[in-house]
Amino acid sequence: MGTYVIRRLAWLPVILLIISFITFVMGRFGPGDPIEIRMGQYNNEEAIERIREQRGLNDNIMVQYGRYLKDVTRGDFGDSIALPGRTVGELLKKKMWVSAQLNIAALFLSVSIGIPLGLFAALRQGTFWDTGMVAFTLLGQSIPVFLTAPLLLLVFASWLDILPTHDWGGLFSTHTILPAIVMGVPGIAIITRLTRASTLEVISQDYIRTARSKGLSESTVQRRHVLRNAMIPVITMLGFSLAGIAFTSFIVERYFGIPGIGDLFISSIFARDYPIINAIVIIGTTLFVLANLTVDLIYPWLDPRIRLGGAHVE
Amino acid sequence: MLSDEAQPAIAPRRASSRNYWAISLHRLLRKKVGIACLTIILLMYGSGILAPLVTPYGYNDQDLSITKQGPSIGHPFGTDRLGRDILTRIIYGLRTTVIITVVTLVTGSLILGITMGLLAGYFGKWIDTLVMRVGEVTSAFPEIFLVLIIISTLKPPITDWVRGIEETVGIDIIRLGVVDYFVLSLALAIFSWFGMARLVRGQVLQARENQYVEAARAIGASTPRILAKHVLPNVMGPVIVMVSAGLAGVAGSEIFLSFLGIGIQPPTPSLGLMIFQNGSISVLRSDPHLLLFPVLTLSLLLFTFNLLGDAVNDAFNPRAR
Repeated sequence: MGTYVIRRLAWLPVILLIISFITFVMGRFGPGDPIEIRMGQYNNEEAIERIREQRGLNDNIMVQYGRYLKDVTRGDFGDSIALPGRTVGELLKKKMWVSAQLNIAALFLSVSIGIPLGLFAALRQGTFWDTGMVAFTLLGQSIPVFLTAPLLLLVFASWLDILPTHDWGGLFSTHTILPAIVMGVPGIAIITRLTRASTLEVISQDYIRTARSKGLSESTVQRRHVLRNAMIPVITMLGFSLAGIAFTSFIVERYFGIPGIGDLFISSIFARDYPIINAIVIIGTTLFVLANLTVDLIYPWLDPRIRLGGAHVE
Repeated sequence: MLSDEAQPAIAPRRASSRNYWAISLHRLLRKKVGIACLTIILLMYGSGILAPLVTPYGYNDQDLSITKQGPSIGHPFGTDRLGRDILTRIIYGLRTTVIITVVTLVTGSLILGITMGLLAGYFGKWIDTLVMRVGEVTSAFPEIFLVLIIISTLKPPITDWVRGIEETVGIDIIRLGVVDYFVLSLALAIFSWFGMARLVRGQVLQARENQYVEAARAIGASTPRILAKHVLPNVMGPVIVMVSAGLAGVAGSEIFLSFLGIGIQPPTPSLGLMIFQNGSISVLRSDPHLLLFPVLTLSLLLFTFNLLGDAVNDAFNPRAR
């Protein structure tokens, strides 16, 4: 187990080196000079050259990359180019907190609604409730965020006028409700479907019959034996869905005018603000790898039959 | 597996592979869902490909006397803020979807993915290691970041380069949106080949052990011939399933990127671009049709793709259930 974690963690710096080098080089050789963009009409050759020299932009690319890596390992992502006087770290901290809150709200909705719904449908297999739930999940999975966002806005913000249309007011303000629902709907649908499918598989197993026959109460059987084993595919999906959440987050932040990380990333790409782009890529990749590792570590806790490392071969 | 090995070694190979396709297609067409999905997709793709023929207006024909009108007989989906027919623009937007999905899936999944999978699976050793490691790295981080960076970095130099060609050839290439299509498909293809390569590799590893491959090698067939004639036909079923399952993802990515302002650029029409331009609460309040028609078309498209993916999986891969 320990060696497995270490082996997986050893991959992280390798991946980070590769991806940060790609983004760094693309940034340096890519089109558009961020300093010229910032100077706008006060375009003065001499001043630009001075700034470039000051920031070390005239050195060899490998020297620049090495210097950047050294700073990053100390937690310093440099200064923003487009927004003078702001460090990348300070900008990111604020925006990431907004996005994180939004994602937590959406994830909370998906899990707290999806798992009970899936269990509910599976335990009533073949009834009207089950069929209805399956239809609902199919719909919820297929409706793109592009449709749910404007529809909910139209109904709740425009016609009923009970919820705000855009901006951000913290996790526990009414601003969170609509974006969290929009982001949560696909998650609810997927988790419901998966929970239903895996519950159906688990309840036909022998150990469930054993648990019942040794006299455990139905609620204990469901909690201790059914739910716990049915969660394995759901947990896997949660790991995979993190990339999907990043996707949706970009769209939702744009629709609802939320000043989050997606918003910052896009505006940085347009402004060619490479320090910010690089920092977001590095942090995003790290979170992604760590989240997937966490998911892998949850398996043996849920099902002791799963041994880490062994299943990893192919 | 068993039935494969029980067959006489040489004769029925062709016949059984034709039967497999005929049976699978028959199984797909017997289902109402399968027929409905195929019809809708054929309609959308057909009208997209034949856009200039099926639309009475041009996608950039402006009529400032009828801006932002609701649906009418002359304009079934209404007109936008420049008086352009929205149905026409949606059909041209579908053409963009057609081009991007076909180019990306053919280059990324089919050509690159299958070739890499065949090479890795059949030759093994360092080729296998190289392909699998590169693929693992590309799938180890959220690809959306790199797709955005690649597109925004590569587009300007490629545009300059094409402009140079334009001057020598004298044809207006950039206005056709070719550069956008190319860069977008390239960026998406880079990250879409690995799933296919891994699938084909696994299938090849299995197929390689079969007696008919051994027999082919024994009578002196060359490696390319074995791969093309004996291995590839046996992996096509799962490949078809994977391609149909990937359609929604690629179409969605184009729309997503265009929505963020990084994919297709105006005046080339794209559903994502239409949603982006009208995706504000003020448009929703005053002229909801500007946003709702493109969004509904997109929803129908993605929904049909998902259903088709399931139906194809059931038809071509009956034992998977």
